[in-house]
Amino acid sequence: MRVKQQQVDMAEGDMTPMIDMTFQLIAFFMVLINFAQTEANDHVVLPNSKLVKPPEVALEFPIILHVAADGRIYLGGDDYTAETLRIGLDRELAVIRGEGKSPSDANVVIRGHKDCAAGEIQEVVRVCQDSQLENFALRVKEDRS
Amino acid sequence: MKIRNRESGQKNELNMTSMIDIVFLLLIFFVMTFKIVEMEGDFSVKMPLAGTSTDVVDPTDLPLKLRLRSNDAGSLSGMALNDIEMGSDLEAFNKLRGNVIGLLGSSAPVEEEAGSGPEIEIDTDYNLRYEYVIRAITAVSGYKDGDQVVKLIEKIKFAKPRR
Repeated sequence: MRVKQQQVDMAEGDMTPMIDMTFQLIAFFMVLINFAQTEANDHVVLPNSKLVKPPEVALEFPIILHVAADGRIYLGGDDYTAETLRIGLDRELAVIRGEGKSPSDANVVIRGHKDCAAGEIQEVVRVCQDSQLENFALRVKEDRS
Repeated sequence: MKIRNRESGQKNELNMTSMIDIVFLLLIFFVMTFKIVEMEGDFSVKMPLAGTSTDVVDPTDLPLKLRLRSNDAGSLSGMALNDIEMGSDLEAFNKLRGNVIGLLGSSAPVEEEAGSGPEIEIDTDYNLRYEYVIRAITAVSGYKDGDQVVKLIEKIKFAKPRR
């Protein structure tokens, strides 16, 4: 018996909605991606407070110090102790002086780990004061609960 | 002349596979690197080096003194504002806020000129966890009344570290 050869159609799904959705998801994540996270440090978990609000105006000449739970201080990719921090601060102050400003124009942002000893933060403040820095900002996480 | 009915309307289809591959790679990259942004804010502390000021200190303008004591584990074991003990339990920080309001004389927000206003000096044990210091600073800085923040003390400084 002769069997007729039938041409089999390939079943093709319509990919358009999936591609649309995928592009929308990519657009969503691209808009929300936060490149400003460079201020953050993996060694630091900030304490939180209900009173703080994100600053409306960025601080002028910020010097960002990360104080980890073990007391190590991170500044610009290098880590220091309270005794050696002066070296890193001098480097930052040289940049500030190069722009014709004084240390009192700089703002020291202290990002302390919530479990670090308060004395470590005081030591950081003392070392900064020895370098003629006088404006400090204690950075905390906003508590919205 | 008879024209054969060839397969009419042959579709030219683009090969989408490579584009979809790249799109999915991009999607996976963004999903993996996505991190919800946590809002951060600052408590301002202005602390010039002692002895640099030439201003005459008004003895009635002395700062409030907040003493924070810790146990060996770094937890809060006691707190005193100008020698008024407030304990170390969960209610201690509310008591602290109440005492600050009492000492300032009014719970209403006061419009102060820049640089003036009450000042507090925080004297803490060396090994007290920083989290407690921030809680104390929060308590003395103000409180939330609905969406409004009522400010109390904006000038904060630290005493010398206790080794």
